[in-house]
Amino acid sequence: MLRLDGVTVRFGERTALDAVDLEVAAHETVCVLGPSGSGKSTLLRVVAGLQQADAGRVLLSGRDQSGVPPHRRGVGLMFQDHQLFPQRDVAGNVAFGPRMHRTDRAETGRRVAELLDLVGLPGAGGRAVTALSGGEQQRVALARALAPEPKLLMLDEPLGQLDRGLRERLVVELRSLFRRLGTTVLAVTHDHGEAFALADRVVVMENGRIAQAGTPLEVWQRPASAFVARFLGFDNITAATVHGERAATGWGHIAVPQGTPQGSTLLLVRPGGVLLRPPDEGLRCTVEARTFRGGDASTVTVLLRPHEGPALEAACTLRDAPEEGIEVGVVFDPREVVALHGGDRADAEPPTEPVSSRS
Amino acid sequence: MDLARREVAAPDAADAPEVPDVADLVRGPAGPEPDATAVAPRSRVGWVRLALMAVPAAFFAVFFGYPVVAIVGRGLREGGQWQLGRIGQVLSDPDILQVVWFTLWQAAASTALTLALALPGAYVFARFDFPGKRMLRAVVTVPFVLPTVVVGSAFLALAGRGGVLDEWFGVRLDTSVWAILLAHVFFNYAVVVRTVGGLWSQLDPRQEEAARVLGAGRLTAWRRVTLPALAPSVAAAALIVFLFTFTSFGVIQVLGGPRYATLEVEIYRQTATLLDLPTAAVLTLVQFAAVAALLAVHAWSLRKRESALSLVPAEHTARRPAGAGQWVLLCSVLGVILVLTVVPLLVLVQRAFGGPDGYGLTFFRALAAQSDSATFVVAPVEAVGNSLAYAAVATVIALVVGGSAAAALTLPDTRRRPGGGAFGLAQLVRGFDALLMLPLGTSAVTVGFGFLVALDEPPLDLRSTWILVPLAQALVGVPFVIRTMLPVLRAVDVRLREAAAVLGASPLRAWREVDFPLVRRALVVAAGFAFTVSLGEFGATVFIARPDAPTLPVAVARMLGRAGESYYGQAMALSTILMLVCAGVLLALERVRIDRQGEL
Repeated sequence: MLRLDGVTVRFGERTALDAVDLEVAAHETVCVLGPSGSGKSTLLRVVAGLQQADAGRVLLSGRDQSGVPPHRRGVGLMFQDHQLFPQRDVAGNVAFGPRMHRTDRAETGRRVAELLDLVGLPGAGGRAVTALSGGEQQRVALARALAPEPKLLMLDEPLGQLDRGLRERLVVELRSLFRRLGTTVLAVTHDHGEAFALADRVVVMENGRIAQAGTPLEVWQRPASAFVARFLGFDNITAATVHGERAATGWGHIAVPQGTPQGSTLLLVRPGGVLLRPPDEGLRCTVEARTFRGGDASTVTVLLRPHEGPALEAACTLRDAPEEGIEVGVVFDPREVVALHGGDRADAEPPTEPVSSRS
Repeated sequence: MDLARREVAAPDAADAPEVPDVADLVRGPAGPEPDATAVAPRSRVGWVRLALMAVPAAFFAVFFGYPVVAIVGRGLREGGQWQLGRIGQVLSDPDILQVVWFTLWQAAASTALTLALALPGAYVFARFDFPGKRMLRAVVTVPFVLPTVVVGSAFLALAGRGGVLDEWFGVRLDTSVWAILLAHVFFNYAVVVRTVGGLWSQLDPRQEEAARVLGAGRLTAWRRVTLPALAPSVAAAALIVFLFTFTSFGVIQVLGGPRYATLEVEIYRQTATLLDLPTAAVLTLVQFAAVAALLAVHAWSLRKRESALSLVPAEHTARRPAGAGQWVLLCSVLGVILVLTVVPLLVLVQRAFGGPDGYGLTFFRALAAQSDSATFVVAPVEAVGNSLAYAAVATVIALVVGGSAAAALTLPDTRRRPGGGAFGLAQLVRGFDALLMLPLGTSAVTVGFGFLVALDEPPLDLRSTWILVPLAQALVGVPFVIRTMLPVLRAVDVRLREAAAVLGASPLRAWREVDFPLVRRALVVAAGFAFTVSLGEFGATVFIARPDAPTLPVAVARMLGRAGESYYGQAMALSTILMLVCAGVLLALERVRIDRQGEL
């Protein structure tokens, strides 16, 4: 459906996209995940034809798109901040695409009504878009993007500006909607929760390059690099030398799963694999802070300062959480230990906070 | 030139974004950069831009550059030789030095007086809420759209020979410089109230409150917080007032008498009366240099002004005056407005209706009579029809030329990276932008005379055609149209266009569907102001209007130049008509603005 061959975009000194190869199959939903400034939005703009690539090709249904202007590409793009036309009402916005494609009036009217039903805004056609709430604007933007029946629908931070409850509901709605319509979707987001919930496949980007691609489960379970791990919120990363099923780390010797590559590498221990014990057992640590995360399991993140080695994060239930300042012992669950690649950058720089996205 | 000044007219800076800020008009190239967004295909947009730029470029080259160069050349060349020695000769003439000195000091005095009277007004409009504020703001704006000749007549009626002050108190100001200074204040009061007051009303009062909480007294807080934020806009307003008064023509022509002449008036006298082209050419160059320097200072002060300010919507900052001091301030500002703005206009109307045998329509009837004198070949009332027709044509020309220039300046940029290329598109666009502002800084008299000198032979023999007048008037309307359209066009989010493109709209279609609905009102406002500017244009028109087809300002000036009570009364009557037309247009524009607010 969509193929990118070595697409490169530079803005002066900065390289926004660095020889990106990407393929999206028909009816597939692919989510590009990355911190602000990683080149996600530029990727969408290149595919839409709003940004020229300095090198590489964009192919849609096998056809090279270089020189094809945006209005002839037949892709849909839902902008981050919706970009609804302020001077048109809801129906006028949704009908814009069909009108540009010279669909006849009756057919357009039918499609507008259909789409407004689909996004859960039946009968809202006459309302002014400026009077809509954020969630409603989002639905109108979606209906507008779907109206010309694009070959490929692209979503730029589709749920970025919505509050949490609405977001979680809309993710589920969108996923079932795309299933039903068989739409091919390429979305970008900085929120891994959103990406995992929405996508068949996620692509993690780092500084204009693809750091990892795979199913949500694969990426979550086996982050390919320290960057990906940190971006997903895992901070227990240490340099290690693996020998057999044991590894020498900053936290002493720990057990690693079978099949871990031998020799020097980086190890990630997921917080769930950091098990708290009485102080005389395992690695001795001081509890520096604890943060209540909420959620169904009443999770608490405990920040530990080991007597040797880098800081550790452990996850436990509220009932098991130790008081701040006391001493505990730590042992590691080998099932939660993962070897990472890209070891050379491990300790260089932690990734930027994935808080806000570039507009 | 005195024509430039009225182009600033607008009801209200704070809530009428489609009307250019005073500063915007003179800003020229300092506007925001075009967006660095790439739209394929690159070359086509480039061609469209070039085509759009060609219209205004050709217009300016033929109807501005060529006449100005022609007249300067005719003045300074003799027998194929440049006579640059004449510059020194002219500038050492004591009479000329006297004119230069007067031009400078009256501009400085007018500016100081305007600031002194208008700054309290700016404060009152910005911070106080009182009944009738909207209407009062419209009243203050009326002088803005009035032709300079009308203002001259109004002050003549108030303070001239046989004027109201003369009758009642035996005071005459027309022989002193005070009439000129007061007329200049009358004109420019709104400039200060708009630029300074507009910003003042948006300054967050909590900034001052924060300073108070940190231990600053009321006065210290104002001096340390508000004043620094305000100072650049005061400086900008002062510069603009100085520029307008420096190039004043119509007011001085009517009120200056034989004693007082600005450079502009002297250029007119040298060309039209003394036929001394070399001197006029030198004076044109002097004025050009002075205005260029002023505009450069202005651009520099604008850059300094681009500091981050904490702005809030104006309606949140105004409150009802409290305490005796604030009421006294409010009342004295109202008093100044009454004396300065309302009284001269009332006196003008009173003179127009006050015939020799009591009040009546005597003078208006006289306007319709076929004149037997050499001053008028036709009945003066025909000037009304001429003016309206000329102004309508000039408006169309200004909209086409200014509209395509504004569109060219805001076309989506095809650059892929900022700052690429030795002489990039950005420089070209900025240079073009600056070029279009040039007529504001050139003597209108020179342009008018240049039309006569340059456009009188084939292939451009336009001297005997009526189109010459609208062309000259359009020339001063164009910068105004551009300044009205640019901010609105630039405010259209590029991504709205992108959204339209992704939904299948071609670039042209996207412009029509996205930009046009948003700029339609700006277009109406631009048309309205281009119309009033054209209606009141005097400096150039006075040269090129044919004797049998005078415009209103030209007819008024001719009548004022004649002795006799009847001519005086008819001048007042014509001025009244002109004032009503201009005020009518302003009120119509006010309606456009209100509609817009009702819609959003």
